[in-house]
Amino acid sequence: MEQTYAIEMLNITKRFPGIVANDNITLQLKKGEIHALLGENGAGKSTLMSVLFGLYQPEEGVIKKDGQAVQIRDPNDANALGIGMVHQHFKLVECFSVLDNIIMGVEPCKHGFLQKGEAREKVIALSEKYGLHVDPDALVEDITVGMQQRTEILKMLYRDNEILIFDEPTAVLTPQEIEELMQIMRNLAAEGKSILFISHKLNEIMSVADRCTVLRKGRYIGTVSIQDTNQKELSRMMVGRDVEFVVHKEPAKPGKTILEVEGMTVASKAHSNNAVKNVSFTVRAGEIVCIAGIDGNGQTELVYGLTGLEPLKGGKIMLEGQDITDASIRKRSTMGMSHIPEDRHKHGLVLDYTLEDNMVLQRYFEPEFVSKAGFLKRKAIRDYAARLIDQYDVRSGQGPITVARSMSGGNQQKAIVAREIDKDPELLIAVQPTRGLDVGAIEYIHKQIVAQRDAGKGVLLVSLELDEVMALSDRILVMYEGEIVGQLDPKTTTVEELGLYMAGAKREGA
Amino acid sequence: MKQQKTSLLRNNAVQTLLASLLCILLGLLIGYIALLLINPAGASEAITTIIKNFMTYSKPATQLKNLGNTLVKTAPLLMCSLSVLFAYKAGLFNIGAAGQYVVGAGAGLYCALAWQLPWYLCLLASILAGAALGAVSGLLKAYCNVNEVISCIMLNWISLYAVNTLLNLVKEETSPYTLNLLNTSPGSALPSLGLGALFSGNKYVTIAIPLSVLVAVAVWVLLEKTKLGYELKATGCNKFAAQYCGMQEKKNTILTMAIAGGLAGMGAALLFLTGFEQWQCTQSSVPGMGFNGIAAAFLGGLNPLGTILSSYFIQHITNGGAYVDKTMYSAQISDFISALIIYLCGFVLFFKFTLNRWLDRRDEKRTKAAQADPQKGGMAE
Repeated sequence: MEQTYAIEMLNITKRFPGIVANDNITLQLKKGEIHALLGENGAGKSTLMSVLFGLYQPEEGVIKKDGQAVQIRDPNDANALGIGMVHQHFKLVECFSVLDNIIMGVEPCKHGFLQKGEAREKVIALSEKYGLHVDPDALVEDITVGMQQRTEILKMLYRDNEILIFDEPTAVLTPQEIEELMQIMRNLAAEGKSILFISHKLNEIMSVADRCTVLRKGRYIGTVSIQDTNQKELSRMMVGRDVEFVVHKEPAKPGKTILEVEGMTVASKAHSNNAVKNVSFTVRAGEIVCIAGIDGNGQTELVYGLTGLEPLKGGKIMLEGQDITDASIRKRSTMGMSHIPEDRHKHGLVLDYTLEDNMVLQRYFEPEFVSKAGFLKRKAIRDYAARLIDQYDVRSGQGPITVARSMSGGNQQKAIVAREIDKDPELLIAVQPTRGLDVGAIEYIHKQIVAQRDAGKGVLLVSLELDEVMALSDRILVMYEGEIVGQLDPKTTTVEELGLYMAGAKREGA
Repeated sequence: MKQQKTSLLRNNAVQTLLASLLCILLGLLIGYIALLLINPAGASEAITTIIKNFMTYSKPATQLKNLGNTLVKTAPLLMCSLSVLFAYKAGLFNIGAAGQYVVGAGAGLYCALAWQLPWYLCLLASILAGAALGAVSGLLKAYCNVNEVISCIMLNWISLYAVNTLLNLVKEETSPYTLNLLNTSPGSALPSLGLGALFSGNKYVTIAIPLSVLVAVAVWVLLEKTKLGYELKATGCNKFAAQYCGMQEKKNTILTMAIAGGLAGMGAALLFLTGFEQWQCTQSSVPGMGFNGIAAAFLGGLNPLGTILSSYFIQHITNGGAYVDKTMYSAQISDFISALIIYLCGFVLFFKFTLNRWLDRRDEKRTKAAQADPQKGGMAE
């Protein structure tokens, strides 16, 4: 068994002031295996990878490459040892071609002039060998997110990296792209590359990984072979308790109509066609209506139109019987519309504000938080934030005065969910509310959404995750190329049927 | 769960203060070296003269009078730095403070010299003129997405020549300067309220000085305590989030620039309505006051109260430079030294960053030591 490890991280301990981010963690990566690193947000995965990549120096522990102890002082050392990483947020120059991005930093030069010909051949060869299908001459800004990710993979391969780290690579991909990525990873492993796959999506780990190391709160929980385990065991190791994958909910008791949309049309920013074409639907009190569809089929624009972020080109929106087609965003909000936005960093939070200031983002103008003279009631804001933090279990370093930017993604999302639900809305519009979250947080947010429904609110959920759609919705509307092509009942439909509608292969009444 | 006492050095205000002081020291040191290079014989004397400023006089009465002169010019600088700071907090870079200052001067002086309006109306005219010019940049930014830096720089020049033309109507016949304010329209001069007497009868010391400090406090209150400040800062930090939660981000952008412009315009009034300076109608460069405001804002750690000190300091060394022996150094030497210090202000953030890095390392070593030593105490649980 000896000498089979490509990389070993033995008893790594990394402390930050006031916190032990990695406490005696051991990770052993075999040659040619896909090794998953699983843990909740803030479990210490990123720290461990930063140690491996030379961004942090551990206080204790050794790193061994092929059985030899090595020192990794900076990313250059890591690169020299053949360690490469695809970061969650790609590090690409948008206005450069794929090829230029790949050779950046290791440009082949002769007398100070670039020699791209050879590099181009090598890139094309690699691309074919691993089935990456990347056009080396395309500009990065013109290609899809999936292609950009493959460019990152080629970057590692071009540098002859043997140990490839993928940091939550599927978070940004569509279901089809995820499947393709899985295949690419299998190809890479088959060619002898060793892969570290950081994720908290259990089904992906089950489908692609050979072994899995689980971290929880900075501690090493264990390493298991995927053959001998199941999702339930993995999630228990990760969260420390049993997690329910099935959302428990009573049958819906729909009441009066809350939202009525008629012939809604929204222009697209990307092309001259309309992004949303003549869409009509209703959401009633006490039901969860889910908009399913592949990313980019007009869901984003639909929500922008509903919430007032984009003007309508045509159609009518009624909220509780009142016409809000031309109402301002603030008016819609005060009339009882809550919006958990798709992009929590762009829309959902003022990242440089404290948690408490973010908690009142939708309510700061109410008499409860501001005096008649226009002065903020700081104490009221602090108390309110403290209550939400407590009630919705939002974890942060310094409580209400934590700067939102410093919080983990899951807790940022919890803060938004808390803010939008505590507003006591009549209609909750939740767009991808669990994107990038771990199972514990997902379970929690799902419960909150069902609780809203049971409290007699209307819920419009937009999700790309089929599991989520099937688990939560009372009614499914499938969007394809800006139109609603089908209305399905989650109790009678199957994932396969849903998939056909989403891909445009099937539509109602056509 | 014992409450760890955080080091005083971790405090943001303390850090800013330390970093600013360090910048000042470095600036003086480099200035001193430059003086040595130019003329070694007088370097020590020159640098002490700059630092001493009004203290070079031996009589306390003269010292006070000259302190008054420094303060008279501190007030407009403070206003300009507040203007820059206010816009910066709302995510805009108001490099147009200089131009807003210019139109403030133009409006205030014209009202005073042509129409002999009372001082408060002249002051108001200055504020409104500055605000209007700021609003133009704000409008362009909000509705046409024109970068405020570009529009501000262009407006700076337009303002300068427009004001030169306007004030040509109220200039002295024999010189390029505007009419003497105190002779032409004493009612337009800012009242002294006996403040002048405190500074050995310096007639230019007026309510401008306490007024500017009051405005600094008001800006701080507005930014930190009010709903408007909350909205403006949110718009500056993330205009998408501001839009998402129903703030009118276009209105906020315009309002921010208008307020910033008003502050700079008021700064001009606080100088020119004392009669301390007359406008030179032939000047062909935008007065540096607005640009120095940028430096004062950053040296003051982007805190309205910090800028009170930084504005004074910058004015202090600029005035001090006037006393340097002109037979040894050229007249520009004071500007040169203050420019060095201002340049080094840019390093405030860098020093803060370095300080934090150092603190992190120290804490890390301490936790390590603490864990190595009383290990048994920790294991008891």
